Amino acid sequence: MNKVFPSVDEAVADIPDGASIAIGGFFTAGTPNDLIQALVRQGAKNLTIICMQMGPGNEDISQLIANKQVKKAICNYPFYRSASRGADSPVEMAVRAGEIEMQVFPMGTFIEKLRAGGAGIAAFYTPTGVGTVVEMGKEKRTFNGGEYLLEVAIKPDYAFVYAHKGDSMGNLVCHKTARNYNPEMAAAGKITIATVENLVEPGGLDGDAVHVPGIYVQRVVKINRPDYFPSIE
Amino acid sequence: MTKETRKLRGLSRELMALRIANELEDGTYVNLGIGIPTLVSDWIEGRDIVLQAELGMLNTGPLAAKEEVEQDLINASCQPVTELPGSCYFSDCESFAMIRGGYMDVAVLGALQVSEKGDLAGWQNPGRGFPETIGNIGGSMDLAVGAKKVIVAMIHVTNDGEPKILKKCSYSLTAKGVVKLIVTDLAVIEVTPNGLLLQEVAPGITAEDVQSVTEPKLIISPDLKEVQF
Repeated sequence: MNKVFPSVDEAVADIPDGASIAIGGFFTAGTPNDLIQALVRQGAKNLTIICMQMGPGNEDISQLIANKQVKKAICNYPFYRSASRGADSPVEMAVRAGEIEMQVFPMGTFIEKLRAGGAGIAAFYTPTGVGTVVEMGKEKRTFNGGEYLLEVAIKPDYAFVYAHKGDSMGNLVCHKTARNYNPEMAAAGKITIATVENLVEPGGLDGDAVHVPGIYVQRVVKINRPDYFPSIE
Repeated sequence: MTKETRKLRGLSRELMALRIANELEDGTYVNLGIGIPTLVSDWIEGRDIVLQAELGMLNTGPLAAKEEVEQDLINASCQPVTELPGSCYFSDCESFAMIRGGYMDVAVLGALQVSEKGDLAGWQNPGRGFPETIGNIGGSMDLAVGAKKVIVAMIHVTNDGEPKILKKCSYSLTAKGVVKLIVTDLAVIEVTPNGLLLQEVAPGITAEDVQSVTEPKLIISPDLKEVQF
C-alpha cells in the first residue's frame, strides 16, 4: 500500500469548493504550512477551516482568508493576544465585518470534537463552558450532581497534518510538542494528507513508537524541514 | 477612581510570581497560563513541581537559551522551552483529558475580572469589538473547570484604575465559582463561602488602600500581614 504523493500541489488538487478541512499545529509547532500554501495556490472557495488559530504563528492561514477562500472558521484561539497587534489583520477585519462565520470552542472541547469524529462517537458531554456563553443553544444535563454540555463531533472532509517521520503506508511519528492536534485530526479526516520531514519505506519505523497508525492517513508527501524561530509576537 | 488610588505601588510582576510559587506545594502538577502566571516558572527551578504545557508536555523545563531553541519544543505561549529529566509528550487531546479528568493540582491563570463568588472572566475583552461568543478561549475554560485549585494572578486594577475584583463580572465568564486565591500587586485575597478574605497586603499598602480599589466589601483577616517571601 503506497500512499506517497509527489508534491503538496498534487495532494490537494481534488479539494472541492465547500470542503471542510482540519489543519494541525499549535501556533508554530507541527503546522503543515506547505499544504496550506498549496491550498492557496489551488484556490478552492467557501471552505470551512478547523484550526486552533487564524493567524498567530501561522500567517499562511491568514493568506487563505485574505484570498477569500474561507466561509467559516472553527477555532479555539483565533487571534493575536495583543489587541493592537491583530487589529488590522485580515482575519480580525473579516470577522468584525461578518465576512466569515466563526465558531470558537474551548481548546479541550475543540479537539475532543475531532477525536469523537474520528472514533465514531456522535457527541459527548463535557463540564467545560457551563455558565458561560459557550453553553448557548446546547443541551445541558446533570450527571452525578454536576452540569455538563452536549457537544457534537466534527468529521471534516480533509485533514492536513504534520509529522517528523512517516512511512509510505501512512504510519506517522511526531516529534515533541509538534504532535499536539495532529493525531486526532488525522483520525478525524475522511481524507488525511500528511506532510513528513523524513519519508521511509515500510519497516523503517519502530512500530511501538508510531503516534498515528497508517489506516488514518490516505496521502503522504515528503517536505523539507521548515526553518523558523518559534514566536507569536 | 481617585488620583490617590492610581498611585498605589505594589509588588512587581516578578514578586507576584514569587508569592504564587511559594503557594505551590511540592509533589504537585501545575499549569501556568499566559502572562504573569508564566513568570512563576522562574521561581520553582529545582523544586519537586511538574509543569504541564497544555499542547502536550509534562515536566516542561525553563525557557530555552538562544542556542538551545528547538522548533518542535515550545510551551503553550509559543515560547521555546527545554526538557528536564522525566519530561514526556502526548497529544493536545490527551492533555485536556488530564485537565478535565482532575489530575491537575493547580492552574495559575490571568484574569480581566474576578467576582466575590470566585467567577472568573479572562478570555474576552469587549473592547476588541467581536461578537460575544468570539475571542481567544484557548485552554482557559477547561483549566478553570478541571484544575483542583485555581489561583488568579493579575494587576489589581485596570489601566484606568478601575477595580477588576467586582461583585459581579461584567465581562464574559471563563467559569463560575472556581477561583480560590487571588494574588495581585496589592494583596493576597482568598475566596471563601462568606466572601473575600484579605490575608496579605504588599509592603506600604494598607487594608483601606486595597478596599478603595476593590468593589465588594473585603473581610479583613484577623491575621492580616505583609506579603512574605
